[in-house]
Amino acid sequence: MVVELGNYALMLALLLAGAQAFFGLAGPAFKRDRWVAAVPSAACGQFVFVALAVGALIHAFVTNDFSVRYVAENSNTALPLFYRITAMWGAHEGSMLLWILVLSLWTLAVVVRSRYLPREFAARVLGVLGLLSFGFVLFTLATSSPFGRLIPSPADGNSLNPVLQDPAFAIHPPILYAGYVGFSVSFAFACAAMIEGRRDQLWARWMRPWTVSAWAFLACGIALGSWWAYYELGWGGYWFWDPVENASFMPWLVGTALIHSLAVTEKRGLFKSWTLLLAVSAFSLSLLGTFLVRSGVLVSVHSFAADPTRGVYILVLLCVMIGGALTMYALRAPAMQSNAGFNLLSRESFLLFNNILLTIAAAVVLAGTLAPLISQTLHLGTLSVGAPYFNPSFLVPVLPLLALAAIGMHARWKRGGLTEARRSLLWLLGIALIVALVLAFGVYGHPMPLVPVAATFGVWIILSALIEPINHLRRRTRLPWSVAGMCVAHIGLGVLVLGLTFVNSNSIERDVALKPGQSAQIGAYRFHYGGGQKVVGPNYDAFRGTVTVTHDGRQVALLHPERRQYWVQGTIQTKAAIAASPQRDLLAAMGQNVGAGAWSMRFQYRPLIRLVWFGALIMALGGMLCVFGRRQRGPVPVAAAVPSGTVPLGTGATAAGALAAPTLSVPSAPTAMHSVMPGGGPPGTGGKGAA
Amino acid sequence: MTPRRRRLVWVLAIMAGVGLASALALRAFRQNVTFYFDPSKVAAGLVKPGEGFRLGGMVEKGSLVRTPGTLDVRFVVTDFKHSVPVRYAKVLPDLFREGAGVVAHGHMDRNGVFIADDVLAKHDANYMPPPLERTLQRTVASGGTAGAQAAAALADATRTSGAAVGVH
Repeated sequence: MVVELGNYALMLALLLAGAQAFFGLAGPAFKRDRWVAAVPSAACGQFVFVALAVGALIHAFVTNDFSVRYVAENSNTALPLFYRITAMWGAHEGSMLLWILVLSLWTLAVVVRSRYLPREFAARVLGVLGLLSFGFVLFTLATSSPFGRLIPSPADGNSLNPVLQDPAFAIHPPILYAGYVGFSVSFAFACAAMIEGRRDQLWARWMRPWTVSAWAFLACGIALGSWWAYYELGWGGYWFWDPVENASFMPWLVGTALIHSLAVTEKRGLFKSWTLLLAVSAFSLSLLGTFLVRSGVLVSVHSFAADPTRGVYILVLLCVMIGGALTMYALRAPAMQSNAGFNLLSRESFLLFNNILLTIAAAVVLAGTLAPLISQTLHLGTLSVGAPYFNPSFLVPVLPLLALAAIGMHARWKRGGLTEARRSLLWLLGIALIVALVLAFGVYGHPMPLVPVAATFGVWIILSALIEPINHLRRRTRLPWSVAGMCVAHIGLGVLVLGLTFVNSNSIERDVALKPGQSAQIGAYRFHYGGGQKVVGPNYDAFRGTVTVTHDGRQVALLHPERRQYWVQGTIQTKAAIAASPQRDLLAAMGQNVGAGAWSMRFQYRPLIRLVWFGALIMALGGMLCVFGRRQRGPVPVAAAVPSGTVPLGTGATAAGALAAPTLSVPSAPTAMHSVMPGGGPPGTGGKGAA
Repeated sequence: MTPRRRRLVWVLAIMAGVGLASALALRAFRQNVTFYFDPSKVAAGLVKPGEGFRLGGMVEKGSLVRTPGTLDVRFVVTDFKHSVPVRYAKVLPDLFREGAGVVAHGHMDRNGVFIADDVLAKHDANYMPPPLERTLQRTVASGGTAGAQAAAALADATRTSGAAVGVH
């Protein structure tokens, strides 16, 4: 009964989304004031009914209602309650519902903040969001409703895929979707600006916080996904250049370009049409990602249920939305030209380079992702494109990007030239070079040729991002929130680069077959297999090994890798054991019983891998600082009618801003980052000792 | 510089950048793309020894042989028309099973044995990689006992009991 109500609620949400789209787009066009006034209510109502539908599905999971097909396929009475709830987004149908929920949450957020926007503009933004929502709700109802019944109902369900029974999985999809779907707001703002044919650049100011928050969510989501794949898929990789990973990475790259070009558009009124195009592309790539993941046209470790008819539907949706937006772009963008000039060494041109390089990087990833599809369609043979293509090609645009990032932060707007930071930059480059050389040759040893280069850029970016905060500290002036956020995000980038550099160059991985009492040497670490025993978990049996890791004769870790067999699906799954520390991760995973009392096992040493995820989180934190710092400035004055109580721009920020600081949720990240700086590092590890 | 000249320089710089990037990307593509072959294509002599590629097919039932106490395994990958012996010396993925699908990366040695350096795992047990499915469908279409076996393998994989190992 509850499930039927859920289905009904979703249908009502469809109608309300339709109403939201119609009133939002037609209201301002026909100057119907009452239509415009109805839009926020429709959006709120849509959220309420989507939330009810989600609630109904979760209720079915919690109460083990196996007469619902989706519940029967993805849950089980033996599944702990927490995973019964997260099983809601464990497969295609539920994750589409989650997608819709996230979209309606973003819509609700736009409604809440819309009092700072001109009424008609807000209505158009909501109208576009309503159109998107309509498309996706219709898609869910028509091709992938999670509310279908299964008669006769089974006594027990098929259970959740074991790799999804994990706390990180509980939060990964919602956060990733918050990022993915968040770009729909930027898209809607861009469409609204094009529909109105605005010649000013206010829309960029309005769009910016939304874009930055979506970008920050996406960074967190990608980092979480990578972390989850690292420890849960069992074999210790953190990035596979897999189509699904690429699908989330491309919007992020374009989103990064977008937040930089929005800065130029907002501050100087330049790059307007380019910014619009980026906003459309970022969301198009999100949709393309959804299409690739959901249609199953590409094979991936992460793709679950795949169905061609769904693919066709999403493809049609993609063409309608993106085709519409691009047509409008072709009609309206030429009117948005601006003729202001800027010098070669100005902030504008650095940001332009940033945009070009990021776009090239995204294009490189897109080409590699689509190549197998194209080759297959043209009957050129089945091929796969992996790290051997992506790694070198991606570095080509990204290495110069890193170098420019360190300098660009200190370039002046318009007439150009570097600020007084020019001399410090050169000094810092020297320091960065020394630190990088010490790290590459002294601490880690056996570097590949690009390692010192990448490490230098990483350290240089971090140091360069510290110049501004230190200057403000010296002069005892307040650092504006947006600048602080920018610096933090760039520090995050530097940390990420350092992590990626050393984890790629100095990881050691070895597969061995060991009998109890035997050991294997992985770099400077000795992995000793002490034997194993059978253990029983809440819904699985396991063989659990005991591995002690010593370093210079001193025990540094005790690992318990497991090989689990889940009762319900009978799936066998490796649960790797990881000893994490800021300088390095040690990983042990059980393979199979290979006879003669021996087990096959995989051991890994990965230096600084934590910096990869920390770096991404610090970047996201930087984005959040920009968004929340800015919000405290008070409402942005709206074109003609300035609402009462508006704070003039640039003032009144400090008191409110200081209040906002404690509410940020990751206060420990910067401290944690300092503690993981490669101070001591593991002593010389002998490089790639594998094989 | 006049604005016009400056714009020209910009455009040229961007075009040069894009051109360089596409040239490099194309080069990287040609060198680093991996092709997928099934045992019939291998038997037809489409691959040279030492050339890296992905081999896909079903693990023949009863073909898995381990050297006890070591990582070394041998098994046979088949599309029910032709088969290729495979050697591997690393940890096999969780979903590797006799009678299930498999995709492995490696090269042929001089004796016609596929030396795998990676057996690829996929975390969905009911999954059949599309190229493998097409291979089996071709075998089914060719009829005979091989066709019947391939049809059984396909049916098995689409049932919940079937397990497969896929591409990542």
